[in-house]
Amino acid sequence: MEALEDGEEDEREALKRHLRAERQKRKKRLLEQSSLQKSRDADDVKDVTSIQQYSADEGPSEKADDSVVLSKSRTGSQKVLCAPGLTSITQHTHHLDDFVKRRLEEKLKAARSKGESLQDKEASLEFPSRLHSLKDRDTVTRFDREADADRAGRRDSPSPLSTRVRFREAARQVGKGLPTAEEAFNFFTLNFDPDPPDVIETSSRRRQKQRKTTDEDEEHEDVDEDIQEENETQSEEAPLVQTQEDLFVIDQSPQDFLEIKKAEYVGYQKLLQRQSELLFTPSFRTVPTSIKLPENMKPRYLEDEGLYVGERPPVSLTNENILENRILKMEEGKKWFGDDGRIIALPNPIKESSTRPPLFHMEEALDPALQTVYRKAVKSKYANLYIAGGADPEGDYQLDVDVSGLIFSHHPLFSREHVLGARLAQLYDQYLTRQRNNLTGHLTDKLNGLRNALRNMLESHSGLNPTQALQQRISEYNLEVRNTRHLRDSEQEKDRTLLKNIVKVWKAIKALREFQKFTNTPYKLYLRRENVDRVSDEQDYEDEILAEVVELEAETEEEYQNKLAEYKKRLEEWKLCRKKQKAKKKKQKKKKKGQAQDDTEGEDEEQDVSESEGPTDEPPPKPEPPERPDLGSIEQWVREKTLRIRRKPGEAILIPELSASANITASELCPRAETARREDVARRSLFTKILYNDKEVSRTDSRSLNTDFRVHFGQIFNLKIVNCPQSISLQVFEEIGSSCSLLAQVFLPVPEPSVVTGSVPLEEFEFSSNQRVMFDHEGVGSDVPLSFEADGSNKQSLLTSGKVSCCVSWGIGDDDVPLAPPISQQPGGVHSGMGCLDAVSYIGASGLYDMKKIGEWARQSRLDPNDPKNASIMQLLKVASSGEVTAPEYFRLEHLQEEFNFVTDEELEKSGRFRLLKLRNQEVAEFRNYKFIPALEREVTDTVFQEYEKRLKEGEVIDTKEHLDSHRALVAKYLQKIRESVINRFLLAKHHYLLSDLVIEEEIPTIGILGINLFKLAEPKRPLKPQRKERKKVTAQNLSDGDIKLLVNIIRAYDIPVRRLQSNKPGQSSHSALQGSIGLLDQIQVRPFVEVSFQRTVLQTATADGPNPCWNEELQLPFSAPNGDYSTASLQSVKDEVFINIFDEVVHETVMNDKNRGKSIQTHIEKRWLGSVKIPFSTIYSQSKIDGTFKVNTPAVLLGYSKEKSHFTNSGFDILRSLSEGTFITLFITVDPQLVPGESVREKFDTQEDERLLQASERFERDAAQRYPERPCITTVIDLSGKTVFITRYIRPLSPPKELLDEFPNNPLEATPLVARFVSLIPSLPDQVSFSATCDLWSTCDQFLTLLAGDEEEHAVLLCNYFLSMGKKAWLIIGTAIPEGPTAYVLTLEQNLYLIWNPSSGQFYGQYDTFCPLQAVGCLVNPDNVWFNIQQYTSPMRVSFDISKAHLWKPFFSRTFSHPGLSSIQPEELVYRRTDRAAAAELQDRIERILKEKIMEWRPRQPTRWNRYCTTTLKQFLPKLELIRGQDVAEGHRHELQSLLGDYRISGFPLNLAFSEIRPIIEAVYSTGIHSVQASNVEFALAVYVHPYPNNVMSVWIYLASLVLT
Amino acid sequence: MAASNPSVFLLTVNGNIEGANFPEYDNLYCKYCFVYGHDWAPTTGLEEGITQIASKSSQASHRLIWNFPLATTFKSTNPSGWPQLVVSVYGPDVFGNDVVRGYGATHIPFTPGQHTKTIPMFVPEPTWRLQKFTGWLTGRRPEYTDPKVVAQGEGREVTRVHSQGFVSVSFLIMTKDMKKMDYDTGPSGPANKPSATSGWSTEEQP
Repeated sequence: MEALEDGEEDEREALKRHLRAERQKRKKRLLEQSSLQKSRDADDVKDVTSIQQYSADEGPSEKADDSVVLSKSRTGSQKVLCAPGLTSITQHTHHLDDFVKRRLEEKLKAARSKGESLQDKEASLEFPSRLHSLKDRDTVTRFDREADADRAGRRDSPSPLSTRVRFREAARQVGKGLPTAEEAFNFFTLNFDPDPPDVIETSSRRRQKQRKTTDEDEEHEDVDEDIQEENETQSEEAPLVQTQEDLFVIDQSPQDFLEIKKAEYVGYQKLLQRQSELLFTPSFRTVPTSIKLPENMKPRYLEDEGLYVGERPPVSLTNENILENRILKMEEGKKWFGDDGRIIALPNPIKESSTRPPLFHMEEALDPALQTVYRKAVKSKYANLYIAGGADPEGDYQLDVDVSGLIFSHHPLFSREHVLGARLAQLYDQYLTRQRNNLTGHLTDKLNGLRNALRNMLESHSGLNPTQALQQRISEYNLEVRNTRHLRDSEQEKDRTLLKNIVKVWKAIKALREFQKFTNTPYKLYLRRENVDRVSDEQDYEDEILAEVVELEAETEEEYQNKLAEYKKRLEEWKLCRKKQKAKKKKQKKKKKGQAQDDTEGEDEEQDVSESEGPTDEPPPKPEPPERPDLGSIEQWVREKTLRIRRKPGEAILIPELSASANITASELCPRAETARREDVARRSLFTKILYNDKEVSRTDSRSLNTDFRVHFGQIFNLKIVNCPQSISLQVFEEIGSSCSLLAQVFLPVPEPSVVTGSVPLEEFEFSSNQRVMFDHEGVGSDVPLSFEADGSNKQSLLTSGKVSCCVSWGIGDDDVPLAPPISQQPGGVHSGMGCLDAVSYIGASGLYDMKKIGEWARQSRLDPNDPKNASIMQLLKVASSGEVTAPEYFRLEHLQEEFNFVTDEELEKSGRFRLLKLRNQEVAEFRNYKFIPALEREVTDTVFQEYEKRLKEGEVIDTKEHLDSHRALVAKYLQKIRESVINRFLLAKHHYLLSDLVIEEEIPTIGILGINLFKLAEPKRPLKPQRKERKKVTAQNLSDGDIKLLVNIIRAYDIPVRRLQSNKPGQSSHSALQGSIGLLDQIQVRPFVEVSFQRTVLQTATADGPNPCWNEELQLPFSAPNGDYSTASLQSVKDEVFINIFDEVVHETVMNDKNRGKSIQTHIEKRWLGSVKIPFSTIYSQSKIDGTFKVNTPAVLLGYSKEKSHFTNSGFDILRSLSEGTFITLFITVDPQLVPGESVREKFDTQEDERLLQASERFERDAAQRYPERPCITTVIDLSGKTVFITRYIRPLSPPKELLDEFPNNPLEATPLVARFVSLIPSLPDQVSFSATCDLWSTCDQFLTLLAGDEEEHAVLLCNYFLSMGKKAWLIIGTAIPEGPTAYVLTLEQNLYLIWNPSSGQFYGQYDTFCPLQAVGCLVNPDNVWFNIQQYTSPMRVSFDISKAHLWKPFFSRTFSHPGLSSIQPEELVYRRTDRAAAAELQDRIERILKEKIMEWRPRQPTRWNRYCTTTLKQFLPKLELIRGQDVAEGHRHELQSLLGDYRISGFPLNLAFSEIRPIIEAVYSTGIHSVQASNVEFALAVYVHPYPNNVMSVWIYLASLVLT
Repeated sequence: MAASNPSVFLLTVNGNIEGANFPEYDNLYCKYCFVYGHDWAPTTGLEEGITQIASKSSQASHRLIWNFPLATTFKSTNPSGWPQLVVSVYGPDVFGNDVVRGYGATHIPFTPGQHTKTIPMFVPEPTWRLQKFTGWLTGRRPEYTDPKVVAQGEGREVTRVHSQGFVSVSFLIMTKDMKKMDYDTGPSGPANKPSATSGWSTEEQP
């Protein structure tokens, strides 16, 4: 009963709810019942009661079965329980029934007024869903059963089995506790009457639906009602269960709003009638033809008339009829019918047989002709060169190619005469051209003009002294005259030679005709003589010669004068030289005489000498005076020349005229050979193909070759083009009979768009062919040596050649628009016309870069500066030459960038806002997430940048304030730099996304997973020994503060130091009663608890008893990332550590005697620090969970505590003392949710290793990972400079500092722990913290010692190297340990025992030590080789370290791949600096001062008193502790201390830390919680000792004690 | 009234997530959120929201109607990082699991006035066909780690998506002080006439 009272209130509420629901339901039902006959009511009720009675009887007595129900019944109506007897309740129920019935009757009368039909309607208007839900409603029946149960609880009557089952079911449903969805729905949606009193109140009041407000009333009534309700419920139950249809629920409210009408009925016939008005059903009877045709028309059958009518597609007659009927109903329906009265139809399109040739014999090889051949699709070169708009018919372009004809200048069928004739014609053509140009005449005129001008100039200035400008001009004129004369002479010479040649060829022709006695060519040359006036001609001739002679004379004279001047100058020089030489000789003589000159003179001399030294050695030859030119010879020369190039005076001018008037000898008169040739000629015909873009588009007719070797085609081809014109060419073909051969190809230029048909003359394009043709007849052939000389000399080879006369132009459309594509479409057109384009754009944008080039070009092309077309370029040149624009010496990719620049670069630099934006964009640390960069420049304050600039400046300046030691500061800076560079690299890598970064996706289930899942189905739901499951990893990006929790599960601890009872001290004797009672029984007692502090959040476990406590508690610590930045990079750089401290809870009681109140006991709870474990967050983050037993870092001395000595002793070997000595704690730490550790930046690093070695190592690692994926295997590592280095290069014997070895000169074994301690004192700094990404960098020992910070690997490497140098057998173990995860340890072999050294703690363990933190051994490394563990087990206890066994250890270098003799990357020797003791002392003082300040700061409310006496005593202990390395504490000094401080209750301990920074020290002190002692009379003692080791390695000892005066 | 020399400009977004057109799915709801740059901050209004579940009408138009109002005001100093509206649509699959039916994003229009945007929606595709099947079975389709991914361009190259349907959103945009800060968002519609009475004109002349 007591137990059941728990949650009584809830139960009661639930029951009330049920009751209300019931009430509601009842009400409704009653309404329905009222709709039935009133008379039935009474019977009903009677029935009900009887049934109720029955059901009540059958209510089983399952009290014991279902306490829940029981509790329900009890709690639901406590007053009921108070009732005198259960049976009386039943009676009471009867009584109540009557009462209720009466009232309901009243109410129903009122309700009935609404009318029966109304009720019916309403019922039907209910939402079906509600009806449904009510029908199947669980609650109804369930409650009924519960009501049963209620009574069952009270009545002890036997019950049938069936009800019992039902009851159980009900109980179970109740047991579920939570309502089902439907129940919930009903609960909320049903229109429950909220006011219980309403039921028993009058119906009028019920309509008002007003709720009573006074609580008390309600309560009373509630209870009463409860009883009543219950009874009512029972009475109502039977019909409810039996007739579920009655459960229709009618809300009263809809009755008020709905008007109910009789349904309207439409008779079937009427309906049909109405439908027929709207619907049309076409009949399927055949339509008579007459209806389908226009009136008075007879059907006309085309077929009968003999016309072909196609076969109509098959349509069933019925369908056709229906269609016809339908169409006829439509307007203009008749147009669908043909003349024959049938619906117009196209012939059946389906062919009877396949038109495709059938392929039989599928298996056999196909007919080769039908074989499909695959050809690779070739992209047309011109595919993308379509002219825009070329596709549509309006925008087409037309090229007109006019092939007029062709003339052969040589043809294989030429006879000799033809050859000569062709040559003659050629020469004559040349002559005509020259004649037309008349260059000679022009030049002569120009020369005369120049001469006149010169003469005039000289005459007009004859009297005066010629000015400078004049002289300049005269000389210019002279030059011009000379040039022109030269040109004229050469032209005249050419003219004359041409004329001579013509005459010569003509003579040859004549000779040939004479010789062969027939004429083949129609050429005939006439030479027309034009007589001249001999006198005037001679006069001219002489004048000309005279003028030329005069000019030449003047020129030679001038030249002579020049030369003479030159000569004189040189002579002068020569003379001077001579003089100097002489002087020098003299001087040398003087010098020899030893006569000292005065200073200045001497110097001058020296200078002179030095100046003339060069010439002195080689005296210049005496210049020759120029010869005086022979003026007479000039005239001679001129005359000769004139004779050569000009006709003689008085000689008639010969004008050749070539005519084709000669008769060609008829073939009959010719010799055989000639006839054969002529026949051959006649057989040949020629045609040309026109190729557009290398495709033949057209060809001319074939025309036969005439005897004159001219072919006339006279054809014009109009090409409609779509592609851009790339090339147009003509191919000349020669046809002999049926075979034709390509003679030559002529390329025609693509015309400019301005070139249109009709405006262009025919042009001649030369062609030639290098085909070799020989004939046996008179034809000379082609490429055959041919001589016209009698002796056969002077042979020539003639190639087939000729000219095609044709023209290409753009067509003209109807509206006189040239059908040419726009200029931009024409690739060739851009460069074609200088005139029509802007000069600058012609050169192209590229020209703009090089002003020099543009100038050059302008000069070369002789641009007319006055031409407005060239104005822009001239302007540009002017600017360029004026020096304002300097030609850039560089090439710029985006030469228009400047135009687009928002502001100038300087402005960008100056503006704070832009700078801010820029820095943010670069993700500079200070500005990475800077919000709201001000919109206006003036709002950007300089303070924003201060920090950033400070940091930039600080790059070099080292702030010694923050660091106690300048060396550390330096290292810190260095590390910071490396860190930044790595972070930058990481940031860059962060922008490379993987799919998993963006998309969450279920992984593919493999067979294995599926199998496991299937297996899991069979697993028990709550296994007895649950195992930890892998959780889903969460990407860090969508996390925020408070999302991440650190879960620390503290399980148990072993061997906690116990209190040492100081019974002689009166203060200690007053233990608490509990303690005391046990304390009497047991001497040792400790009440430890664990406090976990992380990021200044402190949580603690409950207090346990004894030295081996078991807590089994989970602590949740919130984690917040720095600056709320939950990116992987940021999380990795979290430096916070989790401190797990074990405290002893000490309870002090002080008895207070107060006169007024009597005796009171005040209890102080004091916590005393016993030890700690600290785990860096980075380790937890990278490991995702940490699980294991850890050695607790206990202070060497714990005042007031002692260890329970372990009772076994170890083997004789001295240093193998049992290391299980110490306190251990079992922990499980993880982060919730599991965070994804940063992926290592897997990059290919530089290396200096041999490629073969790298491959081998890759293979080795891959094999290892495949076979043993759990075992770490490392063969190559990355050094600080980011290069891959083979691991054995790190191992090399290196001697430890001499001081350490000197400590124990006789016992090297003793020195070993000291060396290990030295190594462990080098501060440890995980790579994750320092380098953010998980790339493990290994530094060499000297780097390590310089940086004084490193990972476990560095420690291990250094320790291993020291051990090797000390002559030990040592290996590096690559394995996994707790809590570090993958790490490196050191293995040594000492007297057949393997020792495992933890390099970062300096501890060593035997191979079979259970508490060795090393969990798995992956591989061993020594200077020579790497061995991978291929044994079954990895645990060091079960591993054999005998590396010589190949089946246990797989060596990297084996016989097949021998050690290539890798040199070590370690230095030869390590140089150690002695640490300055003074500096250590200073550091000691500083630490002490800081710590004292801090402790006082942490106690803001209490005064902190320092006990000086104690402090000094403690100070004395510390060096001793260092000497013994904190081990094997002498009990002595504790006693000493206690005797000194007899009156104090003292608790304290020394801390030992490796010194790196002050912050960890403060953290460590804070975590001990010594400052939190609340006692009013507490005093503190703090002593600091810094022991310097070589190379700035320092061991810091802090002795902390709290003293309470007793 | 605002100072003559404002240091921020304001952007008011009113509007509606009107509805969607997902031919294949029904009973969908929509989540929206705004994504904006560093220099933006919402001053009033909801930044994120979730609509009711809408089912299709049985009538011809198979549109889902949400008519979910958006009303947010942003202040900013820099148009860079202009706010984007990211919508993601979810709905039950055959087995009743809530799965994503589409992601989409659009920039808030920057010209004052009324705009209607139709946002094409897409969902990431499973990497393997088998995953498609298991995803269908388990009701766990690939989803973006954050719907805001669709508003950024970085890293999208690693995903493959499948287009789904359309969400139409109407915006009524007002800006304040943009012209004063020399940001000209160009000509806007004829509906946008400067009114002298209110500081909240669609755009003031400086």
